[in-house]
Amino acid sequence: MAQNTPTARPLSPHLQIYRPMLSMMLSIMHRITGAGLYFGMAPLVLWLVAAASGPESFAVAQAIAGSILGQIVLFAATWALIHHTLGGVRHLIWDMGYGFDLPGVEFTGRIIAVLPVLLTILIWVAAYFKG
Amino acid sequence: MTSFRTPLNKVRGLGSAKSGVHHWVSERISAIAGLPLVLFAIWLGVSLAGADHAAVAVAFHHPLTAILAALFLLTQLWHMKLGMQVIIEDYVHSSAKIVLLLANSAFTYLLGALALYALVKLSFGA
Repeated sequence: MAQNTPTARPLSPHLQIYRPMLSMMLSIMHRITGAGLYFGMAPLVLWLVAAASGPESFAVAQAIAGSILGQIVLFAATWALIHHTLGGVRHLIWDMGYGFDLPGVEFTGRIIAVLPVLLTILIWVAAYFKG
Repeated sequence: MTSFRTPLNKVRGLGSAKSGVHHWVSERISAIAGLPLVLFAIWLGVSLAGADHAAVAVAFHHPLTAILAALFLLTQLWHMKLGMQVIIEDYVHSSAKIVLLLANSAFTYLLGALALYALVKLSFGA
């Protein structure tokens, strides 16, 4: 099984010939945000463990989260979560059989490109004024 | 259109992966189940932004907060395990594939154990 590694065969070119289209970009962004959120679960869980471990550990966790790098990561993670979630809803709509025509895909695609940014900003403004 | 299903295939109904569309359906179910929980998690994150330890402890003493947080983590861990499995299967075809698939399981289950321990400790602790 392992010794039968397939000889490298030429693949049909895609990245070299297709102009980047919204549909392609959103598709790979859905996967990238998913993978990003996957790894982002680790710091989230570690933050919870720090909270459960007492005020000293939690203070360290909050200091990391509150640092400039931490805030940038959190902002990106918020956007990734909303982008992946809304994109996922779009997928579910397709799974039910709706919106898979070209105008529908373009229309919902534009929403997914813009709305997550707006919602991320909204959420961060809300958090800023709350704290 | 011609059906490509063999008679045995029709009886078993599960295809060459032996589990049919189970993975695909589970991905959707975990996504749908997680959707309201993601909204809850965002709300919780906003309300706990910049909070000190005392505030966080008080928040998780409330049973609903702890339970919903646990459900959020469990559904998301389930969903992300399924998703990463697809990514690995799409891009890795060497002997590293099995190692990565095992690592995927280990990662998600480990995070689950850590998260549940932390939530129990937070909700029942001081």
